[in-house]
Amino acid sequence: MNFAVLQFPASNCDQDAVHAIRLLGHAASYIWHKDNSLGDADAVIVPGGFSYGDYLRCGAIARFSPVMQAVKQFADNGGLVLGICNGFQVLTEAGLLPGALIRNRDLQFHCEHIFLKTATTGSPFTSKIPAGKILRIPIAHGEGCYFADEETLAKLKANNQILWQYCDASGNLTDTANPNGALQNIAGICNERRNVAGLMPHPERASEPALGSDDGKWIFESIFAALQNKTVAQAA
Amino acid sequence: MTQAAGKFNAVARKIKNCSPAAGFFRILPRARMKAIIVITPKKAVLDPQGKTVQNALAQMGYTGVTGVHIGKYIEIDLAPGADKAAAQQALNDAAHKFLSNPVIEDYKLEIE
Repeated sequence: MNFAVLQFPASNCDQDAVHAIRLLGHAASYIWHKDNSLGDADAVIVPGGFSYGDYLRCGAIARFSPVMQAVKQFADNGGLVLGICNGFQVLTEAGLLPGALIRNRDLQFHCEHIFLKTATTGSPFTSKIPAGKILRIPIAHGEGCYFADEETLAKLKANNQILWQYCDASGNLTDTANPNGALQNIAGICNERRNVAGLMPHPERASEPALGSDDGKWIFESIFAALQNKTVAQAA
Repeated sequence: MTQAAGKFNAVARKIKNCSPAAGFFRILPRARMKAIIVITPKKAVLDPQGKTVQNALAQMGYTGVTGVHIGKYIEIDLAPGADKAAAQQALNDAAHKFLSNPVIEDYKLEIE
């Protein structure tokens, strides 16, 4: 499988994402934000960082990059797109995911390992996560507090679009386990069609034991499996 | 050209390209106009910065403050002789889709 990893000015997790994907046995290439095409990508990663210096709002300028037109078209055609941290912010700004990410409630930048509960394995981004497994993955953000109006939130719940929630080590969704004040402890969601997802934590920084946790690999393994199934289905 | 000016021009070009009514960037020998856009967080959105400043004001003894909301102030210089109605329309468009995020923010636009 071939992953396109976008690069905006001041992206800084692009290399981590490419490294993780290659380590897990798949191909990944960088796509510059001025490119109009994603090449022959099977899936897209919008990586973390501080695109355009986080000027105006996080992700607000990156969403108008030429490459984002290609990403939108790719998503409209059913392609899998994962936004990590700043990538999640870019996808919400672009309207590919509902809601917004605002300043952490304590105004602090949080750089730490947190625990994640997978709310549903019914998505191409979560299907391979072992049942009941609490993921230990790092976060590093100042604007990760997920917000959506009540109507949007109700829709997210009704459609099982909430994929990951912050929890304690035993899987309880407590307020103390919520690092940024996100509504409903939301760490990651997907769109209604379930082919675009975003999350604030960094699975690419936790995909090999040397980094202290390899729990993040389950998210990538889920995407690999979804792409594999798609290829098999197309061949049949 | 400074880096900041370069960035502004890039944004100006973007607005011009995006908007059907962006003829106001043409330079004509008339009086200068300015657009002021004030962006504030929506009431339902958590505003920790506003809350912190409100608490600090109370601690400093400024009484009677029942809320503080911190947003952004954007000043846009318009080319001399720009058409006010066209500028209003174009900048409303830009404010709605780029300068503010309607999910979390409200904005007010004034041209003077």
